[in-house]
Amino acid sequence: MMNRTGVYVHIPFCRKKCLYCDFPSQAGRDGHFEAYKDAVVYEIDHSAELPVSEIDTVFFGGGTPTVMPPIFLAEILEHIFQYAVAPGAEITVEANPGSVDRESLRVLRKAGFNRLSLGAQAWQDHLLRRMGRIHSADDIARAYEAAAAADFDNINLDLMFSLPGQSMEEWIETLRMAASLNPAHISAYSLTVEEGTVFGRLFGEGGLQRPDEDEDRLMYYAASDILGAYGLYHYEISNYALKGRECRHNIKYWKRAPYIGFGTDSHSFYDNTRWRNIHSLEKYLCIAEGSDIREEINRVTKKEAMEETMFLGLRLNEGVSEEGFRRAHGVGLFEIYGGVIQKMRNSGLMEQAEGRVFLTAKGRDVSNYVFIEFLI
Amino acid sequence: MAHDQRKIRNFCIIAHIDHGKSTLADRLIEKSGLLTQREMQEQVLDTMDLERERGITIKAQAVRLVYKTESDGEYILNLIDTPGHVDFNYEVSRSLAACEGAVLVVDAAQGVEAQTMANVYLALEHNLEIVPVINKIDLPSADPDETVREIEDMIGLPSRDAPRISAKADINIDAVFDRIISDIPAPAGNEDAPLTAMIFDSVYDSYKGVIVSVRIRDGVIRKGVNALFMATNKRFEVVEVGFFGPGTFVPCEELRAGDVGYMTASIKNVADTRIGDTLTEAGSPAVEPLPGYKAVNPMVYCGIFPADGAKYPDLRDALEKLKLNDAALSFEPENSTALGFGFRCGFLGLLHLEIIQERLEREYNLDLVTTAPSVIYRIHLTDGGAIELSNPTDMPDPARIDRIEEPIVTASVILPAEYIGPIMELCRQRRGEYLGMEYVERTRAVLKYELPLNEIIYDFFDTLKSRSRGYASFDYELKGYKESELTRLDILVNHEAVDALSFVVHSSSAYDRGRRIAEKLKKEIPRHLFEIPIQACIGSKIIARETVGALRKDVLAKCYGGDITRKKKLLEKQKEGKKRMRQIGGVEVPQAAFMSVLKLDDE
Repeated sequence: MMNRTGVYVHIPFCRKKCLYCDFPSQAGRDGHFEAYKDAVVYEIDHSAELPVSEIDTVFFGGGTPTVMPPIFLAEILEHIFQYAVAPGAEITVEANPGSVDRESLRVLRKAGFNRLSLGAQAWQDHLLRRMGRIHSADDIARAYEAAAAADFDNINLDLMFSLPGQSMEEWIETLRMAASLNPAHISAYSLTVEEGTVFGRLFGEGGLQRPDEDEDRLMYYAASDILGAYGLYHYEISNYALKGRECRHNIKYWKRAPYIGFGTDSHSFYDNTRWRNIHSLEKYLCIAEGSDIREEINRVTKKEAMEETMFLGLRLNEGVSEEGFRRAHGVGLFEIYGGVIQKMRNSGLMEQAEGRVFLTAKGRDVSNYVFIEFLI
Repeated sequence: MAHDQRKIRNFCIIAHIDHGKSTLADRLIEKSGLLTQREMQEQVLDTMDLERERGITIKAQAVRLVYKTESDGEYILNLIDTPGHVDFNYEVSRSLAACEGAVLVVDAAQGVEAQTMANVYLALEHNLEIVPVINKIDLPSADPDETVREIEDMIGLPSRDAPRISAKADINIDAVFDRIISDIPAPAGNEDAPLTAMIFDSVYDSYKGVIVSVRIRDGVIRKGVNALFMATNKRFEVVEVGFFGPGTFVPCEELRAGDVGYMTASIKNVADTRIGDTLTEAGSPAVEPLPGYKAVNPMVYCGIFPADGAKYPDLRDALEKLKLNDAALSFEPENSTALGFGFRCGFLGLLHLEIIQERLEREYNLDLVTTAPSVIYRIHLTDGGAIELSNPTDMPDPARIDRIEEPIVTASVILPAEYIGPIMELCRQRRGEYLGMEYVERTRAVLKYELPLNEIIYDFFDTLKSRSRGYASFDYELKGYKESELTRLDILVNHEAVDALSFVVHSSSAYDRGRRIAEKLKKEIPRHLFEIPIQACIGSKIIARETVGALRKDVLAKCYGGDITRKKKLLEKQKEGKKRMRQIGGVEVPQAAFMSVLKLDDE
């Protein structure tokens, strides 16, 4: 039997680390590109899971995949293509507007990438500078045009709000500028200040003024309203898309479909087991037959599986279906969670209709509060 | 070895903190050959982990050393370690009363310090011969000559030929032994007189019952003696007598006048053996007990609750075990609407409270919530009755109260003259009544104040230390009760009174305290889906209010493949935190909130 599965390829390189970023990526490691490409290719070639899977989504994320020469990305993708890839598979690559041009995009498109995710973030240069981004607002429009010219018709723009020094007007401008390019998809993230980042340190020292929670929520509602007006409907906590253009790869994460990660720090969920690849680039580059690059291998228990169904599934605006829950867990949603759901409905945080339960707008604002209730 | 009082020396070691008291004790034990170095754990005398960490001695300990002199054979040296905190002043005084002399350790680099002075005064009060020793002469910054000058100038103790040693580097330790033998008087008891022995400590042992540490003044005690404890009037037949090896009890035939040792008599209750009590023989008792005995009663009370309600029986067991060794600890069951089942516990003072709390948490692995400490108030009712109140929750309706009295102490603060201003200000803030001031020498003074006990049980000691850079030392004694303008302050969370947060306060500081508690709680109580008012009130009058705003946002913006495991852990942690909170008026209040109101002064 062939498992439908997603493939994630992690490219842990950036030209420069953004000040808010706590993702596994490093700058100044350009000398390792080729060796890394070879190691990923090796890992893909020796995969135990891919030969028995049908791949229907591929996602190259980072870091910034496009800091690598596009021919390396093309070569990695080629090795994925040696396995069964479904016709019409969604094949995404993330890019920084400052690290692509018409030529490189053309190479990527020709290699088989059919979806591009551009890290636009904001349309004001002073905000981009403050975040430590390497590109300008003009670069976004240029990159977008180049992508369209290279025949990418499924483009996502990543945006961020609640940024230090960002006004509501600026956020609305960002939303309008982004939407007016007519992308198929927009991700709009509220800035999370993470410990261990430059922003984390500044924030701790009180040197970072950002919009308060009330303003943050107003910005969030503005995104939903404005993007909605452009036909980009709100389908996940931070994601908006034209109907039918939702990111199929990311939906796998929320619906607990299998995916296999390649490269350092990539995560996998397959055969009801989660694991992570090692962090160390040095060790990963030495990958060879029999080398152990998987860590934190955990079989998901029945209880955990139900919890995951809820706290991941409820991120989607469509929520969790009774039927899907029963199919996945062999037990009724209300048998397990009837009390909690009632409690959340009473608090106006959840709703129930047509065999599904889902968060209300208020519930989305405090989704962690709701999710905790679903931990058994 | 024939018993010869002339070959016995009973002494203690006194020092400012960190001047090397414990190191010297260790060295003396090691030198007398009682332990090989391998057997020595550093600081043998402080046996509790807690004591080692805090660097203070909580319970008195004793050890018998045998020292061989070249000219005069073997001497028996009984070293009695004393507790080192104002809460245990009485215990200290009894330990000192068991000695004839004290070795005063002064750090050659630091010179005479606040506690050096305080300890010297205490030793002099007990007529102890003081043997000064200059320690840490191996430090680069050591200035022994200056230290000698300070001791002579500030204390008036001749010390030109005081031994100059390093306990740590093992320099000149023999000189200390020589001085103990030559300078400290031998005991002068009468072996033929009726038995009188002073109890200076007791510990519970599950096999032997209470092991009572005694200093024999007169007479002899041996197995089979029908012993009478004069204050408690309890009789027990002596099962065993012995002396103190390092960390062990060594049984012997008998203890005679001048000896320091222990006795056991299958005593089940440590409360029967009060520190300071006199032990005599029931058949031919002493005419009168030794002077200085005082009944020790708890002065400070607080509620102790298990964080996990299911641990209530464990908490009870743990308290019962601690009580075996601690006659000053008292407890009785208490029930709080906010905190569930727990115990109302009585302590000698705040340090005693903290020590018990830490021992419960560490040795018995209990997670605790403690309520604000309270003293015992005397409430006179309008119907002529009176009650003693140690729990603010039990305060009667104000209409039934005629007047309230609170305990008052007389406090002496010994301090360098330059801190007089700040410390007088502190005492004034704490409703202190100035009694007088004496200069003990040019640069040092003793401030005398009358202070309400409830003003010093929170953080007086810490504040005193910080305002005097650690130089002021402090001692107090219960004086009596005094009528005062006291009132109960209640805290309402989401319109519901939280009994565990109520406390009694002087009306002059009620507003300030109420406001600060409300502010503190606002920081500690997490946001909920709704607004939470926090109010401080006296009766039905609200004197302070803060509001915890409603939760507007609690959301993970991103949750992709790599985030799932990590985010789940985050949610679980959040859930775990929630589980440990207390439900009050539909509000989840973290335990930290109950504790935070105890420390209002660190803003």
